[in-house]
Amino acid sequence: MIQVLAFYLFAIMVIASGALVVLARNPVHSVLWLILAFFNAAGLMILVGAEFIAMLLVIVYVGAVAVLFLFVVMMLNIDFAELRAGFVKNAPLSVAVAVILLAEIVLGIGAYRVGLIELGTPDGTAAPILGESNIENIGILLYSRYLFLFEMAGIILLVAMIGAIVLTHRESRAVRAHQDITKQNMRRPEDATEMKRPEVGQGVEL
Amino acid sequence: MTAFFQDLGMTYEWAWFIATMSGILLIALPLMLGVAMIIYMDRKVWAAINLRRGPNVVGPFGLLQSFADGLKVFLQETIIPSAANKGLFILAPILTFTVALLSWAVIPFGPDAVLADINVGLLYIFAVSSLGVYGVVISGWASNSKYPFFSAMRASAQMISYEVSIGFIIVCVVLWAGTFNLNDIILAQKGHGLGFINGFFFNPLLFPIMVMFFISALAETQRVPFDLTEAESELVAGYQTEYSSMSFALFWLGEYANILLMCALTSILFFGGWLPPVDWAPLYYVPGIVWLLAKMLFFFFCFSWVMATVPRYRYDQLMRLGWKVFLPLSLFFVFAVSLWLMITRYSA
Repeated sequence: MIQVLAFYLFAIMVIASGALVVLARNPVHSVLWLILAFFNAAGLMILVGAEFIAMLLVIVYVGAVAVLFLFVVMMLNIDFAELRAGFVKNAPLSVAVAVILLAEIVLGIGAYRVGLIELGTPDGTAAPILGESNIENIGILLYSRYLFLFEMAGIILLVAMIGAIVLTHRESRAVRAHQDITKQNMRRPEDATEMKRPEVGQGVEL
Repeated sequence: MTAFFQDLGMTYEWAWFIATMSGILLIALPLMLGVAMIIYMDRKVWAAINLRRGPNVVGPFGLLQSFADGLKVFLQETIIPSAANKGLFILAPILTFTVALLSWAVIPFGPDAVLADINVGLLYIFAVSSLGVYGVVISGWASNSKYPFFSAMRASAQMISYEVSIGFIIVCVVLWAGTFNLNDIILAQKGHGLGFINGFFFNPLLFPIMVMFFISALAETQRVPFDLTEAESELVAGYQTEYSSMSFALFWLGEYANILLMCALTSILFFGGWLPPVDWAPLYYVPGIVWLLAKMLFFFFCFSWVMATVPRYRYDQLMRLGWKVFLPLSLFFVFAVSLWLMITRYSA
């Protein structure tokens, strides 16, 4: 009973906040609704017993990616009126994207039900149980059957990261004061200061 | 506790519900009391280090100072700036406070004294503590004022930077303990050092990690020397500038609840949590919560000690420490720990 209630609560929240991401007038509000959607999606994951995925969703998307979104959107100071003006023009495009996504989901679930790929039992009732918890299950699968794909994903991410750094890195032309932390730490008071005891009425020669 | 309520003649559902509710209250109410007392302790420690007396007027030894402050704040008028984004302005302190309390659900206070004994306990704490940044960012933006906004920008960059190294540090501990469950992590530390000292800190590979964790915890909770988000000489009070009354108090309580959580985590991950410091039978007669509280108090003392003695970092130094020192070091330790475990534990 409580699972059903929880499921409908999370599902309605996901859809409602997803809709509000698009409908909100203020981009910052949109990002916050998106965060709520992520969070409720994590709730749905917990309901199907995938607590590891749920935690990763919160850590990666809510804790890191969405913070950067929010950061950028807050900094940009977007003109809301201008943003709204393009809505009618871009509406067909967004509908097309939505239809493609829906078709993909239907196709994916259909293929899963037919059971060509061994992801779980074909009728979709239960996934095969390998280890004790689903962290162990994911670990066992990821580091044995899907090792190559997993490593590939890692390498693609690495390449993307290096690409981003190369694109944004600019060799600064201006002469900048360079800070050498080790040099600063190695500096002792004796190197920097000198004790003088001048006689009364006499100055110090520098 | 569910079994106890079932014995009183309730159905399982009701017993579970009431047991969980009373569990939440049993954690949250003492936590609030603890936060009040810990603020008092914080001020006393700073005062002692600065050769002052600290709070000493309200109640015996000034013990009731925090309650007097709380009452003062409670009776103040709530002021919402007219240019602020009202909904988010009110939401931000509530969010900070709620998130600060959420993590406590999985903290084990004793062998069985844990509200939610889930097998992803450590990940849960990591996930919830990564939400803490939203309270700061939203309040900074919703205030519609320059200083809070700068503070929000600083906070989001700072917390993401240090979360990365905290993640790798947690991975090291998890590798050694072989589990994400906090109770099992504590049990894995039993007799870890020389066969009788309970705690991972005695391990030469994990000791540097413990030091890094403590420093990252300072940065994550925005304490001195990393309190750039509320640097009073530059940003007035940072993201709290526009807040007054209870909304301000919620930030305050949330901040200290987070600090206590970090103290609890340090003791659980590296100092054996509710285990006595030495694996010696008579010490186990002392309830586990006493050991945990003693360890937490010690780390809280270290937090205040640092606050009273260390000057604030510059922002570029903070970023350098996070990305150029802690990230490579923690990554190196992940490799070192896994290599050592591969050789010693899994070589067969």
